[in-house]
Amino acid sequence: MKKLFSVVLATTLMFAAVGCGSSTTSEAPAADAGASEEVATEEAMTIGLVLPTLTTEFFVTIKETAEAYAAETGLNIVILDSQDDAVKQSSNVEDLITKKVDGILLIPTDSDAVATAVEDLNAAGIPVITLDRSANGGEVLSHIASDNVAGGVMAGEYIVELLGGAGKVVELEGVPGASATRERGEGFNIAMDAAGIEVVARQTANFSKAEGLTVMENILQAQPEIDAVFAHNDEMALGAMEAIDAAGRSGEIKIVGFDASADAVAAVAEGTMAATVAQKPDLMTTTGIETLLQAIAGETVPESVPVELALVAE
Amino acid sequence: MRKSVSYYVEKYRPIIILVVFMIAISIMRPEFLQPSNLSNVLRQTSVNAIIAAGMSFAILTGGIDISVGSTLAFSGAVSAYMVLNNYNIIVVILVTLTIGVIAGAMNGLFITKFKLQPFIVTLATMTIFRGMTTVFTQGRPISFKSEGTGIMYRFIGKESLFGIPIPIIIMVVVYILGYYLLNHTSFGRYIYAIGCNEDAAHLSGINTKKVKFMAYVINGCLAALAAIIVTARLSSAQPTAGDGYELDAIAAVVLGGTSLAGGRGKITGTIIGAMIIGMLSNALNLMDVSSYYQTIIKGLVILVAVLLDREK
Repeated sequence: MKKLFSVVLATTLMFAAVGCGSSTTSEAPAADAGASEEVATEEAMTIGLVLPTLTTEFFVTIKETAEAYAAETGLNIVILDSQDDAVKQSSNVEDLITKKVDGILLIPTDSDAVATAVEDLNAAGIPVITLDRSANGGEVLSHIASDNVAGGVMAGEYIVELLGGAGKVVELEGVPGASATRERGEGFNIAMDAAGIEVVARQTANFSKAEGLTVMENILQAQPEIDAVFAHNDEMALGAMEAIDAAGRSGEIKIVGFDASADAVAAVAEGTMAATVAQKPDLMTTTGIETLLQAIAGETVPESVPVELALVAE
Repeated sequence: MRKSVSYYVEKYRPIIILVVFMIAISIMRPEFLQPSNLSNVLRQTSVNAIIAAGMSFAILTGGIDISVGSTLAFSGAVSAYMVLNNYNIIVVILVTLTIGVIAGAMNGLFITKFKLQPFIVTLATMTIFRGMTTVFTQGRPISFKSEGTGIMYRFIGKESLFGIPIPIIIMVVVYILGYYLLNHTSFGRYIYAIGCNEDAAHLSGINTKKVKFMAYVINGCLAALAAIIVTARLSSAQPTAGDGYELDAIAAVVLGGTSLAGGRGKITGTIIGAMIIGMLSNALNLMDVSSYYQTIIKGLVILVAVLLDREK
């Protein structure tokens, strides 16, 4: 009996501690609101940011940029992680509707599956803007994403330059059907076609480093002649790098990735990777927040906002 | 007197924990008790609760089924495909449930006929069903629009009857049937008997193989039922759907006071366990708890519940 109560008490306290610790940011503006009514509407503004996952550096950067933005401006940003589960994502959106947030920045786990959540937000009259991945349903005020086609062209043209206009190239594709896979591949192939360079192998490694390694191992077995590899993200590029290294061909095959993850940037600095295309998740986040604030204020916002990319090369 | 108080605490422990939880949460976040939020929480809980109901049967026999998440993914993918191709809604539902039944029967067959460990069998089928899902979907989500069968199908996930969301109604019906089966039929008593002592149950004339087989069939069928709700709710079947759901279901069963050793526990505890897990995620979201901490807290709550269980 005593033990039961002590454990229940401990749980409750744990909850209380967590509740207190995190509520400081949200309580402070509420106190201000009482003091002066004019400031109240601006100060009490809360927006939600629903992320698909926090196991990828890209989304962690978005989270951290949003937190920094909130700390700097006093805007409340509720950040929720969906653990790559569309069901969890729709629950997160429902919880934010309950919280009556003023607007939502949404990065779908899947463009189709998120449609119901967007419809729920429409029904609740909460403005929604998508970042990075678009939604195939419901009404989204604006979509803010990297110009992936331009990035693919950028990577492709750099490979053409490295090879001096001739050679054999391998393309490691992302998750089939994902917009990043389609657009990056499209841009890359535009550059290849323009230069007349042959893509000797084109296979998916699902954006995963482990698969990048095994798929590249297999391609190395099958293709005696390879001059360059373009991977739709850095994880696959780094996996391919391991395979090329193990085959003792690291000097002869140029590797270009996408995303400019910390590991890839380091590999470019060391010269083990030729280049990577940098998305700017921080710029994407601030653009997203500012566009959303404009929309909440009743201004019309552009339907899509492309965010620039940059080539990181030695 | 003392004895009787502790008796009741013992008997209603899961519900006491749930009530303490709800009070604690609603003090910190009054919006938690809004009817719209409670209805959200229950709907969010329904999928895990339905899977956990099936899991209760497997665990009460002393077994386990970790293939339910993959069963959900595969049956959901097939149902989305059929909706997309405008099959009759009744056919869609029947075929989806049948897939669950076949998946469960496969598990049951290997566990009873070939006397293999439930964990190993379902570990294998988990991988197989996930692979079948990837092959069937070609790694892409299968999505359908609100037209033809899609209209009816979305209705299951989105709409309400008498003001109650349909997933909640399905969940309640599942638990009423589960309660009846376990507490008012000989089949239910056999389940408990097998969980307590399989050899003794066998010697006293119970067809233990048949009963265990049926437990896994029920489990598979309920996973497919959950798949219908998930797919209808999202208008889309994800190849990665249900990943990790088996763990949430097992956690719900254990939180509800059922012993993993089998033979002891109640299905009413399971629904409370599922509600605690569902309310926990909802409350942590409402309280702005950082996503990084949410999973830690969820794990701690499960540990605390197991600690309470150990006290006996």
